[in-house]
Amino acid sequence: MAIQVERIVKRFGDFTAVKGVSFQVADGEVFGLLGPNGAGKSTLIRMMTTLIPITEGRAFIDGHDVAEEPDAARRCMGVIPQALTSDINLTVEENLSIYAKLYGVPREARKRAIDELLEAVDLTKWRDAETRTLSGGMRRRLEIARGLVHSPRIFFLDEPTTGLDPVSRVAVWEMLGKLKAQRGLTILITTHYMDEADRLCDRIAIVDHGELVALDTPAALKRSVPGNNVIEVQFQAPPEDLHGRLAALPGVTSVQDEGAAMFRVLSTDGSRTTTDLVETAVRMGVEIKSLSVQNTTLDDVFVHYTGRQLRDEAVKAPLFVMPPRPGMQP
Amino acid sequence: MSRMLAIIERELRKFFRSPALMLAAMVFPLVQLVILGNAFGGKITGARMGVVDYDGGPQALRVWEAFDAIGSNARTFQAIRYASDKQAQEDVRTGRIDAAVVIPPQFSRRVLAGEDPRIGLVVDNSDQFLSSSLEAKLQELTTALNQPQVPPRVTRAISLDLVELYPFIDYMKYLLPGSITLAMFVSVMIGGGLLYIDDKARGVHEGFLVTPITKLELVFGLVASGAIKAVMAGLVITVLGSLISGLGVIFQPAILAQLLLMIAATSFAFNAMMFLMMVRIEDPLVPRAMFGILNTLLFFPSGAIYPIHAFPGWLRALATVDPFTYAVHGFKAILLKEAGFQAIVPDLLFLVAIGALTLTLATRLFKRTL
Repeated sequence: MAIQVERIVKRFGDFTAVKGVSFQVADGEVFGLLGPNGAGKSTLIRMMTTLIPITEGRAFIDGHDVAEEPDAARRCMGVIPQALTSDINLTVEENLSIYAKLYGVPREARKRAIDELLEAVDLTKWRDAETRTLSGGMRRRLEIARGLVHSPRIFFLDEPTTGLDPVSRVAVWEMLGKLKAQRGLTILITTHYMDEADRLCDRIAIVDHGELVALDTPAALKRSVPGNNVIEVQFQAPPEDLHGRLAALPGVTSVQDEGAAMFRVLSTDGSRTTTDLVETAVRMGVEIKSLSVQNTTLDDVFVHYTGRQLRDEAVKAPLFVMPPRPGMQP
Repeated sequence: MSRMLAIIERELRKFFRSPALMLAAMVFPLVQLVILGNAFGGKITGARMGVVDYDGGPQALRVWEAFDAIGSNARTFQAIRYASDKQAQEDVRTGRIDAAVVIPPQFSRRVLAGEDPRIGLVVDNSDQFLSSSLEAKLQELTTALNQPQVPPRVTRAISLDLVELYPFIDYMKYLLPGSITLAMFVSVMIGGGLLYIDDKARGVHEGFLVTPITKLELVFGLVASGAIKAVMAGLVITVLGSLISGLGVIFQPAILAQLLLMIAATSFAFNAMMFLMMVRIEDPLVPRAMFGILNTLLFFPSGAIYPIHAFPGWLRALATVDPFTYAVHGFKAILLKEAGFQAIVPDLLFLVAIGALTLTLATRLFKRTL
């Protein structure tokens, strides 16, 4: 087992941020942690990466207990924090080299590792460029390379594509796939993006209020949601009893009122429910403004398990707003 | 050890890549040195003194002659004739003139008759420095007027002869030790305070903490790199400041060696102290808010701009524990007095001791986790 977490608990005073979570990540697996802000994802990842002490329970990284042998655990894992923390006035190579030294990589291995990583993240020709001149996507790739300078087997990434444009996101995904294949990495990733989790992860754990509410492969999670199809329909001036009528249609497992006369209907048989729904509307003389049918997505899984929309959480406030630098008043 | 060197390498590469820190640490003390050095400690010249002469006799003429002598030699003030004391007083009040002298009627007669003659002086006492300078000048002048025309054969009064131990030190030279200390302190405030907390807030430390670096390697790396930066700031300003204020002693190897020791000890003490203050701080606004206070609390009581002997007891007590005091004292001993190594030993000992103490405390308080 690459990662093993046993009934792990984190308390801050009276507040319990993580309430006894257990899971295991197999070698070579890509494991996703999904959850809204404040769900305890970051606390969980920080306990696993030795950044904060564990209140109760144990976590093992490649067999090393993070509380007992933190340095051994640290040597086995690469960690990419959410914030971009490479020094902007150092060059790409200097950033990598300093981290290699912090990990105690010997000189020869250091040189080779940096060459290989620059090649892998496609930054070889930017090697001597100051980091300030790189785009957001390139900086993220640099951070990914930085997390791998000591050739760890286990890789933690905290929201690796937050703040990137769609093209850069896809580039990061592809690179992660390539690195995983080349180096046999086990990856634990937290994300807000369902498409990211769906595309990258072998298994996904949904965390809410400090607890694991679901854990399975993306496909199994989708199957577990009642209703395989989602029909989103918006009406013009719907009558009061429409909600009840929709719920009574054959195959419909749930109807959510989204407001503004918009309903989200989950069904086990999308095409039949769609036909029935349109017929019902015609019979009642209610005009349909819009209608869409789709298969269950991880969004639906997420809403099902947490009762919340993840999309609303996707736009995050920056963690810190830096005050202006030259405000010295000696 | 190699991890500590990696921390130092990062800090120094950043430092040389953006010279803003160095400049900021230099400019403030240099500006202070030049402006304060020239603004304070000078003699009053060009003040305007109203003279109301109600007497017009021969003794009043002697006063006028003395005023003219001052006006054309020491230039402390220029005499301006006024017709009425009312008008002169009003003009002192409104600031048109800086003081007024009133020579009363019958002045010459009283002088000759030995009837306790008096001259009135109207001063604007809202400006202590100016009014006391003018008062002193007039006192001097009346003393001179009181001298008998024919000097007696035996001196009747004992006069005090002042023996100055050191060559004349003008105020800018007096300020220089403070400026050197201040430059190091500003460099520590920016490097050890602002940048350190900003790095923490940006999550840079999070990146360090997931590596197998030990607490000691991290703490010593940060303090050592801060001290190296402060040493560079101290050296540059020592050379620049000495050139600006005309001190040639820095070119003697022995002096330079003593200076290096003082600069190193001061940098260490300041960095360790700053690290202790910042060790549990997370919010980037805190160091910004603290610096004005720290600067006042440490710099001003140190004797850098005003002698400690003029302080009330509680302020002297503060000066006794202020590392700034010892740094300033040490630099003064080297630069202004060339007092030899012995003179700076207590200062060095205090600075190293306070540095070791604060560094020990800071290391204990430093958390290896977030």
